[in-house]
Amino acid sequence: MATHLLLRKILKTGIVSEPAPAADPDQRVREQALHAEILKVFGQAVAIRHVDAGSCNGCELEIHALNGPHYNIEGLGVKFAASPRHVDVLLVTGPVSRHLETALKRTYEATPEPKWVVAMGDCGCGRGEIGGLFGPGYATVGRVAEVIPVDVEVPGCPPTPTALLQGILAAVGGVGK
Amino acid sequence: MPNQTSASTEAIRRRRLSAEALPEFAREVKDAGGQLIALWGSDDRHLDAGFAVHAAFLTGAGLVWVDAALAADDPVHPDLAAIFPQAGRMQRATFDLLGIRAAGAVDTRKWLRHNAWSENHYPLRKDFVWQVAGAEASPLATHHSPLPQVDGYPFIRVEGDGVHEIPVGPIHAGTIEPGHFRFSIIGDRILKLEERLGYTHQGVEKRFEGLDPDQGARLAGRVSGDSHSAFTWAYCMAVETATATPVPERALWLRALFLEIERVANHLGDLGYLGNDVALAFGFMQFWRLKEDWLRLCARLFGHRYLFDRIVPGGVAVDLDAAGGAELAVLAERMAGEVRELKAIYDEHAGLQDRFANTGIVRPELAARLGLTGLAGRASAQAWDARAQFPIRPYDQLDVNMATARRGDVLARAEVRFAEIFESLRLIRDILARLPDGPIRVKLAPTSGPAEGLGWVEGWRGEVLVALRLNADGRLDRAHPHDPSWRAWPLLEVGVLGNIVPDFPLINKSFNLSYSGQDL
Repeated sequence: MATHLLLRKILKTGIVSEPAPAADPDQRVREQALHAEILKVFGQAVAIRHVDAGSCNGCELEIHALNGPHYNIEGLGVKFAASPRHVDVLLVTGPVSRHLETALKRTYEATPEPKWVVAMGDCGCGRGEIGGLFGPGYATVGRVAEVIPVDVEVPGCPPTPTALLQGILAAVGGVGK
Repeated sequence: MPNQTSASTEAIRRRRLSAEALPEFAREVKDAGGQLIALWGSDDRHLDAGFAVHAAFLTGAGLVWVDAALAADDPVHPDLAAIFPQAGRMQRATFDLLGIRAAGAVDTRKWLRHNAWSENHYPLRKDFVWQVAGAEASPLATHHSPLPQVDGYPFIRVEGDGVHEIPVGPIHAGTIEPGHFRFSIIGDRILKLEERLGYTHQGVEKRFEGLDPDQGARLAGRVSGDSHSAFTWAYCMAVETATATPVPERALWLRALFLEIERVANHLGDLGYLGNDVALAFGFMQFWRLKEDWLRLCARLFGHRYLFDRIVPGGVAVDLDAAGGAELAVLAERMAGEVRELKAIYDEHAGLQDRFANTGIVRPELAARLGLTGLAGRASAQAWDARAQFPIRPYDQLDVNMATARRGDVLARAEVRFAEIFESLRLIRDILARLPDGPIRVKLAPTSGPAEGLGWVEGWRGEVLVALRLNADGRLDRAHPHDPSWRAWPLLEVGVLGNIVPDFPLINKSFNLSYSGQDL
């Protein structure tokens, strides 16, 4: 049986999780709508639904990485969920493709209030050279904020897991513009 | 048009055929055991021609790049899907984007087009114009607004007692790319799966038009982000062939280093997810710990976790010093040891083996008939790996061992991944030990007229192709990036037959195909 090999590997590996980064209020693009007292409760159990609205799958690599042991997001109360009806935050990637525009809007509508939207990546934020290369066209609408209201933008191609986590914490934090 | 050959492309030959001669040529390739890799079109009317259809065939002697000129008024060529079924979706996409018809094709439904543009518009035609909505006389608005909100697509229906449908997607339950899967099932058994892709169509091919070669490289790397190095290398090879630019030796070795680093990173991630999908969270956490260590060293040595934009036309953008090379070699050594430990656990774990074995089988005969490629193909006895059979520099000096299996199930695809990780880690150490000295980048040679090139690289998922044409001013006229997922997606539909619905995520992950690479 594999059990003893497995347990030995776990013991040998130890704990690789690192301390969490602080929220990055500079990533906020919209004023926090909720009062600090309510946020204190929210901030301890945040559920996220990822929506790929037309990305190249580069950003998705870092969302996966964020779920790895170094970042220990569940230890911070942050969890990815399967349905938009169960979440507080939509994490949206991609220059929104016209073929996904409707699906993105429907996902937003299916998410209960209060909710926050984090746009991830240069395409999703419409920033930099890459945001320009993937700007509006016959097939894409452009940045996420063109389609649904965005609270936090995390630029980068792709942004690192740490930057992404700082953005998620900023979305549900009480600080910012 | 010039047809340059250099040391890096001697396995690529070019042939000009009439459209009528295409089926006969395809049949000859098929009878000799070859495959069709890609089919695409181009609008050449601005070059005093009509349209053209292009195809890349894989033969025992290498790749044959075929062009056939088509009429300007009604571009049509004979159907190739009857000979190579994988041509079907490529022909449908070519019609959606260019209005080039495949006469005699059985399935002529739209493929990449949903509702972003209407039936009688073809985005890759040079006279297709669009402007940002709101601008004056926006054709985009007129294309867009009168169309229905939802894509009306005629799925093939399975009828009968007790048959019902499960529609899944485009937004999926996990962090994966968007696509629609229509299952027809009885009880829990899958009777039929029909894929509907094209949701992440970003108009990448149109975006290439008019870019300079450097910008084009950055766009090419984002056709499918997880295959960044494969796409940028194939793209740069095409540009360098078109301009007859010899690339410095050291740059080619560094490109191979990047490509193998990318292969290791992706296989580590997939093996972690395969564990996760059979409820072995231990596997996910261990493999993603290793992957994170790998990515962090990349960031430190090369300035980017996924090596984005490190391969550039004329060479590479970043060098590696001796200390960095030593550090990478040490990590590669440690990685090989740790992956061996994890493989022993996967091999011994009864629950995991029970879920992996005999799940999602694609038999070798079917894989050959329908053109399955890449690592999924190798797991079904399709022994093709360009690094081993048609090695470009520096693979011609590295003696790559190809990994294959015959079972064609999830377990076989996992085993091919394990074998390829070990082989890539060996190659990485070998490359580091033999890295030649010298410059890492040269300027592209100037072009005098339209020039064409094709790049062909064995990425982690399978062969990546980029064909392109540069204008006289050195800017891109047309580029077609081709992901191996085109050939593998139809086989996922086959692999799930007779399996239970709850095994679909596992089977899908064992292929791990690119949506954005196919959707373009």
